[in-house]
Amino acid sequence: MSDHKYSEDHEWINVEGDIATVGISNFAQEQLGDVVFVDLPQVGAEVSKGDEVAVVESVKAASEIYAPLSGEIIAINEVLNETPETVNADAENGGWFFKIKLADEGEMDDLMDAEAYAAFAQG
Amino acid sequence: MNRQGRQTRPNEDGAGSAAKTTFTGHQALDHEEDLIFELGRDGQCGVDLPALEDMPDRLGGLLRDNEIGLPGISEPEVVRHYVRISRNNYAIDAGIYPLGSCTMKHNPRLNEKMARLPGLADIHPLQPTSTVQGALELIDTLAHWLKVVTGMPAVAMSPAAGAHGELCGLMTIRAALEARGEKRSRVLVPESAHGTNPATANFCGYKIQSIPANASGRVDLEALKAAVDDDVAAIMLTNPNTCGLFEDEVIEVAKAVHDVGGYFYCDGANLNALVGKVRVGDLGVDAMHINLHKTFSTPHGGGGPGAGPVVLSDALKAYAPVPWVTSGENGFNLQENATGEAAASIGRMKSFHGQMGMFVRALTYMMSFGCDGLPRIAEDAVLSANYVLACLKDHMSPSFDGYCMHEALFDEHFLDGTGVSTLDFAKAMIDEGFHPMTIYFPLVVHGAMLIEPTESESKASLDEFIETMIDLTKSAKEGDTTRFTEAPRLAFRKRLDETRAARSPVLRWRPPVDVAEAAE
Repeated sequence: MSDHKYSEDHEWINVEGDIATVGISNFAQEQLGDVVFVDLPQVGAEVSKGDEVAVVESVKAASEIYAPLSGEIIAINEVLNETPETVNADAENGGWFFKIKLADEGEMDDLMDAEAYAAFAQG
Repeated sequence: MNRQGRQTRPNEDGAGSAAKTTFTGHQALDHEEDLIFELGRDGQCGVDLPALEDMPDRLGGLLRDNEIGLPGISEPEVVRHYVRISRNNYAIDAGIYPLGSCTMKHNPRLNEKMARLPGLADIHPLQPTSTVQGALELIDTLAHWLKVVTGMPAVAMSPAAGAHGELCGLMTIRAALEARGEKRSRVLVPESAHGTNPATANFCGYKIQSIPANASGRVDLEALKAAVDDDVAAIMLTNPNTCGLFEDEVIEVAKAVHDVGGYFYCDGANLNALVGKVRVGDLGVDAMHINLHKTFSTPHGGGGPGAGPVVLSDALKAYAPVPWVTSGENGFNLQENATGEAAASIGRMKSFHGQMGMFVRALTYMMSFGCDGLPRIAEDAVLSANYVLACLKDHMSPSFDGYCMHEALFDEHFLDGTGVSTLDFAKAMIDEGFHPMTIYFPLVVHGAMLIEPTESESKASLDEFIETMIDLTKSAKEGDTTRFTEAPRLAFRKRLDETRAARSPVLRWRPPVDVAEAAE
């Protein structure tokens, strides 16, 4: 199991220092099917936990991606603009969406670890 | 690949490309029709034009100096081209079209006859009103009956289709709030809503708050009550909802929103289940669009424009968009501008008075049924859907217990472990001669299959559909996976590559020379 944390909106979060990398879980990409388009936020945007910050569109549906934590968007994965299929191939690593410089590390407490998320996704 | 060298089928550019089975590429009398630009030939013209006199250039040097590039083909070639491609189309006139939430019902031919009457077909919206009294009376009469059917005091006739009607409704709500000096920021939308609901609210500048469904597939009333406060502008609710279920706590929903000063927008896409049986005005609705192209049988799905009149409550009617028809001693007239009695109007949403041709068809339909006949529409639509549900519930997996309204919702669970997905199942229906139902919507159930047979289908037609579905479910469970994963095997076009179409769409044709240049 990875060191990733997970949100109830099926996002994974990997924190190094005060920088969180965010993507959608492998479970989420399986549910979505082939991803055809990812709309990423603007670098520099200030986001609050729960804000709609990105959209992922698959052959089945378009889904909003919510900021799992508050802070400033400091990087986006521009690879997804040209090859959205990276989300399917490598959801929890190369298919990351954006990086947030955290405003409140205390918000991390609400996230699940991999084991708890696996149980949540099954439920 | 057609004879011009253009790829016409998925995956044929690589290895394993489908072998051409006939010299022409046609399959029996189904033609591999070229694009009209590929059919055209240089130097050929399908019309006789008089020779141009020598004219002085009055365009200041802007005269076109290259070819316009229109395809050079004759009238019979044009006719054949469009007839051939129309044969690749599927329509309600060809068979059952069970698209849930779309109400693809029969379009009676009497509607067409009426719409073609010269007095209605050959008029122009800018004619003096004194010359189109009959047409204005028709709009007024249809408006009257829409108000009677819904139990609402006012109706805006001009919105052009469902989503335009939603916009109209939310704009009147925003205007009403602004008139009270309030600026609210949120609109509540249940999880099962049509995608246009949150899109409309967002377009109107509102934030969307999603309301979860309860275990029975309806709005979770407790969650709704917890969400409402004086920042909520409106709730947008479809009833029956997109799970095909009547929102049985709709009165409480309306009350919860009204108690905080918000408004109740009802999405009328599923009015076919209620027409003549339930007056939405009695449910506390403030605004609702009526898809004339669904409930009142005017053509859609490529066959004609939609039409989405919006009924409005007393609280909202002052803000209705102009124009509207007025009547008085001097006959019928039009309130064209947002002045005088219409001073509070949100203004104009469309150039003219609405989809006149659809008004004629919808009124024809309503008058052919009459007041006593309209309830039969809803009764038979609900009966048809419940017949389908009852016959299929032991073979497929219904998403919710109990009766449905006008559409039956199943999920993917009955396919668990078969290696067949909802999409595969739908594609296999095409091989059997059926247009698939709506799939993967609503999003609240997994691998949704939403079947709306409508009241138009005979029992024999429903039985054939049901027997086919049962045969397919048995086949999937018995492990005949390729019947699904390779479907449609018998259609003129095999399985299309949806992913590639979305990722790298080819949106316009270019002459082969351009293609060659682009590749360089």
